[in-house]
Amino acid sequence: MRTLLGVIVLSGMGLAATFPAAETWKLPPDQPPFRPGAGAAVATANCLLCHSSDYVSTQPPLDRTAWLATVNKMREKYGAPLPTNQIAAVVDYLTATYGRKPR
Amino acid sequence: MHRTESAVLNRRAFLRQSGRLSLGAFTTTAALTGFGQEVVELPFENGQRPLVKYPQKRPMLRLTARPPQLETPFAVFDESPLTPNDAFFVRYHLTNAPPAAELLTPEKFRVQVQGSVTAPVTLSVAELKAGFEPVEVVAVNQCSGNSRGFFEPRIPGGQSGNGMMGNARWRGVRLKDVLAKAGLKAGARQVTFNGLDSPLLPQTPDFVKALDVEHARDGEVMLAYEMNGEPLPWLNGFPLRLVVPGHYGTYWLKHLHEIRVIDETFNGYWMNPAYRIPDNECACVPPGTKPDKTVPIQRYNVRSFITNLQNGAKVQAGQRATVRGIAFDGGEGIREVAFSSDGGQTWQATELGKDHGRYSFREWTAAFTPAKPGSYILQAKATNRAGQKQPDKASWNPAGYMRNVIESTTITAS
Repeated sequence: MRTLLGVIVLSGMGLAATFPAAETWKLPPDQPPFRPGAGAAVATANCLLCHSSDYVSTQPPLDRTAWLATVNKMREKYGAPLPTNQIAAVVDYLTATYGRKPR
Repeated sequence: MHRTESAVLNRRAFLRQSGRLSLGAFTTTAALTGFGQEVVELPFENGQRPLVKYPQKRPMLRLTARPPQLETPFAVFDESPLTPNDAFFVRYHLTNAPPAAELLTPEKFRVQVQGSVTAPVTLSVAELKAGFEPVEVVAVNQCSGNSRGFFEPRIPGGQSGNGMMGNARWRGVRLKDVLAKAGLKAGARQVTFNGLDSPLLPQTPDFVKALDVEHARDGEVMLAYEMNGEPLPWLNGFPLRLVVPGHYGTYWLKHLHEIRVIDETFNGYWMNPAYRIPDNECACVPPGTKPDKTVPIQRYNVRSFITNLQNGAKVQAGQRATVRGIAFDGGEGIREVAFSSDGGQTWQATELGKDHGRYSFREWTAAFTPAKPGSYILQAKATNRAGQKQPDKASWNPAGYMRNVIESTTITAS
């Protein structure tokens, strides 16, 4: 009903009749937080500022070297505000929580 | 419910995951997906993807939430050679994406052409429609990293299955005509494109891409405002996007508002070092190694897929079945698709469907009668009009781009 009204109103104004109605512009809620663990707070503050947790949780289980490379890329290329002295804490957290598990 | 033979709806896997998530540090944040959420299991490690409904979309495989990245359920490719708008994949890079409605209204939205031009222009979508000849093309848009999840060894990045691609009829105006209105100065070398999606932090590089002036003026690159006869969906670039037929989706800027003509080669982050491939014939290196020299990713290589039978499908022994699929390449057009039911030992010709143009998916069909009960490995192998074929063995590159190995679908006859 609101879609129909929106179209009529816009047509009446002589604008593009195709501008989507208000309910179109709503995204589903964001992702859940990171899993708990040592370093979760610093990872949350620095990683989830710019992207949701599934950017991490959908990765293949990476080893520490790969997580370090990813964290460095986020700092150096994307400007993640992670202080140098907290890099290890985040890399340890990601490796322990989302990394390659011993079988 | 759509046809999703491969979409294993793995409720148990999801429940496991949400149980774990609900123990998170911030228990007041509800798990978005909720109990009973359907999950598609892509066939690689950590391949569970919730099916989530977004505006103007049917439920799609959600790779990420912020910014949104949505993958097309693979069975959609069997519906039609044109991918429906409500199932077309979504890929963003920056935090502030998609842009808010108020930036996209007819009153507010404008595209500017500036830089090394004699007369900078600012145009609304209505002015684009009224002032330039409309053109249409049916063209595939495919992510550079489509199918990254299948690379071995695995590569960090967006872990896509095969659904970060789609084929649509795009309608808009030629970039060439709009550039002519602005008038390029003599030294013009490249044209850069920027959309209204933006980074959260000032130090994060904005998503800007570049094309050489010759490419930008080839008469094929388009400023599109319609997709399959409808305005672009919000998540596919409303109200205006760049269409670069035959070229990877990274160039198809969404919510396009800035076109800048420059006198040098653009060297922004998203052109260098991002979205580059090894500078050799296969765009590949030995797994785990780095290339000596790279170039920006360009045209699609040739690919084909079986769309009506997916891994684990069951057919009847002794009965004739039709195997159906799609093929495409970077713009030569598809010459032939061969089909194998014995894992590539022997091949038979297939019948090509209607030709929607050299940038489109090309449908194909093959007759297949499994002689006796058992397991069959089905494959398709496309060749384009330049004679380029899909390789037997998957190649590898550090960014996980351009997978085009011959794919296998294992089914059972009983």
